[in-house]
Amino acid sequence: MPETKPILMQGNEACAEGAINAGVRFFAGYPITPSTEVAELMAAKLPDIGGVFMQMEDEIASMAAVIGASIGGMRAITATSGPGFSLKQENLGFAIMAEIPCVVVNVQRMGPSTGVPTAPSQGDIMQTRWGTHGDHPIIVFSPASVYETYYLTIAAVNLSQKLRQPVVLLLDEVIGHMREKVLIPGGGRLIVEKASDKAPADWKPYDDKGVTPLVPFGFGRYYHVTGLYHDQYGFPTSDPRQVERALDRLHDKLKKYRDEIVLTNYIGHREPKVAIVAYGCTVRSARAVIKKAYWQNRLPVGLLSLQTIWPFPDREIKELAEKADVIIVPELNMGQLVGEVERCACGRAEVIPLNRYDGEMITPDQLVEKMGRWLS
Amino acid sequence: MRATELSRDQEMIYSGHNACPGCAAALSVRYLTRALGPDLAIVLTASCWSIIAGVPPLTALKCPILHCPFPSAGAVGSGLKRGLKIKGFADTTVVVLAGDGGTFDIGLQALSGAAQRNEDLIFVCYDNEAYMNTGMQSSSATPFGARTATAPYPLFKEGQKKNIMQIMAAHSIPYAATATVAFPDDMIRKFKKADSIKGFRFIHVLSPCPPGWGTESSETIYLSRLAVATGAFPLYEISNGSRWEMTVQEEKRIPLSEYLNCQKRFKGMDPERMQALQKEVDHDWEVLMKRIT
Repeated sequence: MPETKPILMQGNEACAEGAINAGVRFFAGYPITPSTEVAELMAAKLPDIGGVFMQMEDEIASMAAVIGASIGGMRAITATSGPGFSLKQENLGFAIMAEIPCVVVNVQRMGPSTGVPTAPSQGDIMQTRWGTHGDHPIIVFSPASVYETYYLTIAAVNLSQKLRQPVVLLLDEVIGHMREKVLIPGGGRLIVEKASDKAPADWKPYDDKGVTPLVPFGFGRYYHVTGLYHDQYGFPTSDPRQVERALDRLHDKLKKYRDEIVLTNYIGHREPKVAIVAYGCTVRSARAVIKKAYWQNRLPVGLLSLQTIWPFPDREIKELAEKADVIIVPELNMGQLVGEVERCACGRAEVIPLNRYDGEMITPDQLVEKMGRWLS
Repeated sequence: MRATELSRDQEMIYSGHNACPGCAAALSVRYLTRALGPDLAIVLTASCWSIIAGVPPLTALKCPILHCPFPSAGAVGSGLKRGLKIKGFADTTVVVLAGDGGTFDIGLQALSGAAQRNEDLIFVCYDNEAYMNTGMQSSSATPFGARTATAPYPLFKEGQKKNIMQIMAAHSIPYAATATVAFPDDMIRKFKKADSIKGFRFIHVLSPCPPGWGTESSETIYLSRLAVATGAFPLYEISNGSRWEMTVQEEKRIPLSEYLNCQKRFKGMDPERMQALQKEVDHDWEVLMKRIT
């Protein structure tokens, strides 16, 4: 087994490396700050290892090419930022409906619109959930470090293959551009799941019984892929029973594998009085607070960091709310995920937002100030 | 009209703008605004010019600027012009200013729509042959053989440059022309001519980019001239999609290598690729000559 070597790496690089390690051999993209490094690295690496790099004419085309490649049997990803993510929405919805595995990396920048291309923001939280129209399921990961970016990219690729479900990897500008030391595990230690190309005899592309493996075009099966509601053979239908069943199917996949999808991490006091719920780069400020308040001063504080944002970690929040008196939700937006936390805390704990939307990070001091009232 | 005859009073671009030294795009817009001003509205799409135009409290242009989303320049310009007409500003010239990405790639659909509807716009594409603002990624305007940040290993662009002029000619628009800063009289004459015509007008400006092309900032004019002299960027105009006329005719075309060798983006280009690119330019030249009336 190759040795684990420490490497100085950027979040965007970790994303590209993770994708390659997860078997991604297709990238289609379009230049956009602050995600361009992912594309540039893929352009330099993929052709050498039997992959395809395509620079497309726009953001819509990038997403569309990824869908095409995936149906052709490639593990495929694209990377973008806010304005590009907005343009990809229709195709993202199509991939969800047609159950085509793919990963979309969105390195968030400050919006709306062109916003501040180089400023960190967490303004796309609700867009990743409801950006494309209709009642769709979605999986969204949000890493808080360069290493998390690496392994969540692998998890995203694996899950998207396994569940035939598009996954969004939601970075923020800080995580994308930050360089830090990473220990990349040697070969084989991060399990990369292989999708099966061989379909059982009774294989149906959209089986009522649940998730069926994707059989790429060219592997012995003809079937129909469409964004229209379809029966289990893939043919369009508007029969109310089949329509309802098809939508239920899409959501049931995620419910069934909920424990594999929802990833969170708790540090701090076992019975916290004050808890922080954070994701992405704000986890870093929160961790600094916990280091001082709990590890040094043994105050009853804790941090629940969310690697998975959607489906929302409702049980974990509920559990936390039962212990804590107050939950602070720091976000680099005007308050998006705090509503979900409030919904799941259901009055058991007071939920307090801490928002910043001037293009700067939330500092540990800001958090301490917010917590002070409950700790003194 | 000659460049020297342009009124100094009509200077519409301030000094101290955000362009890199030697930027042809900045100089082109200086000529453009002096030739067309002062009753101007400029629609900008994401490109170097969205930076050059100014970050508060600086502004580079003495006219209203509408900096619109990347894919939409042609459509936003269409809406603006039609709205201004109804509101009694029919004489205001609406200029759409887009880079090669906003014209050849993501902006092509909106451009084609506006051209087909023959909207009363002047669409100026300043073509620096890559996405320079985000750090030199390929576009479909990047010539074969150039090194870019996204041209796959071994890092040179495959495939021919899109012939945008033929695409525009196929829309049978009233006026389309190519221009460079090496021939300012020709450039200004084309801007003025475009201004005198109603309907959709398209000007394709070659815009050497010192940091992106790997050249000295003092070489911009020289490179623009070489591009014309080698036939890589011929200067011509097209009326109604059918009447093609050369506006600057060099006696004899010089070898393309002279133009390529002074740019770092073509550094290390092997003779085979060089020849392939020369062939491509020769072919385009022949096709163009057949069209010239």
